[in-house]
Amino acid sequence: MNLFTILISTIFINNYVFAQFLGICPFLGVSNKTETAAGMGVAVTFVVTLASVITYVIHHYILAKLGLEYLQTIVFILVIAALVQLVEMFLKKSSPGLYRALGVYLPLITTNCIVLGVAILNIDMNYNIIETIVNALGASIGFAIALLLMAGVRENFELADIPKPLQGFPISLITAGLMSIAFLGFSGLV
Amino acid sequence: MKLSKVFYNGLIRENTIFVQAIGLCGLLAVTTSAINGLAMGIAVIAVTVGSNFVISLLRKVIPDKIRIPAFIVVIATFVTVVQMFMKAYTPDLDRALGIFIPLIVVNCMILGRAEAFASKYGILPSIVDGLGMGLGYTLATTTLGIIREVIGAGSLFGIQLFGPNFEPALIFIMPPGAFIILGILMGFFNYFRRKKESEGIKGATLDEFIYNID
Repeated sequence: MNLFTILISTIFINNYVFAQFLGICPFLGVSNKTETAAGMGVAVTFVVTLASVITYVIHHYILAKLGLEYLQTIVFILVIAALVQLVEMFLKKSSPGLYRALGVYLPLITTNCIVLGVAILNIDMNYNIIETIVNALGASIGFAIALLLMAGVRENFELADIPKPLQGFPISLITAGLMSIAFLGFSGLV
Repeated sequence: MKLSKVFYNGLIRENTIFVQAIGLCGLLAVTTSAINGLAMGIAVIAVTVGSNFVISLLRKVIPDKIRIPAFIVVIATFVTVVQMFMKAYTPDLDRALGIFIPLIVVNCMILGRAEAFASKYGILPSIVDGLGMGLGYTLATTTLGIIREVIGAGSLFGIQLFGPNFEPALIFIMPPGAFIILGILMGFFNYFRRKKESEGIKGATLDEFIYNID
């Protein structure tokens, strides 16, 4: 499959937040401010891409060779948890600036289902290593775009007169629904 | 500790979806029909009850420092069991729920209950807590599934309701519908909770259940 097609389709058409519902928790949790949303977007891009490559190697060269594919879920989640820890320690030592910028978002990524979701989808779709990287990049860029757009809208909620029962999560979900309708418009693109 | 209180706490007072708004990914994705919602709920009940049981059993053995990885392994094991069971006995449902079965692992609700409840209390309360939380989740998935299927496909559990001339609003079984319906449902839930609280019929305050994951 054309790499460019994979990239465009994961960013816009099959946006992992609006069309595939991966990463909804951080999408609603850290989209209050544009700056934090940008930090989370960068952190997720980094971890998703790295995790996809590592899980790809583990699945094809260890699990598949030994006939242990059924251990996929357990192995992948452990790899991701360990990876997030490693990335955190590595960044702390090597680039304290970036570490401070990402700060609290790094540990939160373990429970972000977009990481495990993309890793499993790469295997399910039989992507090769290049396609895996492109898919992971597209997924995380799409996630970052969704997060930034949402943060931009939510910053304006403070000025709006929202009915009391709808304040907080409900109005965010309804907004996400409307944005999701807008993203449906991309569906004829590829 | 009264078991009925623990159960009610999971089902209504701290309903993972409507009150805490966690574990939404799977919920939004699979509720395109009532039967899918129900199936997802049952899968989650199996995992919460199983993992709460095992973690409660092992709570004195697991060292404190590595408890989170240990919990994740227990949860992932139950998820794998459920996944294999569904592949073997209900292949259609397995295809419909797809990737969201393995993704039950990262449903923060399950890890949250392991951390906040099962690692502190005995076996029986932990099982009841898992059951209550799982049923609360099932309540949400099934409700959302029923509403989306009726509006978006004009059917309920696969049975046509309105005859051939009905034109269903397709948008509601597409992704945007999930967000909008859940938002409105949460709004209603909040409305009734506020009304109840202002009438003074507050539930018992259970400080030990205060949720502090993340």
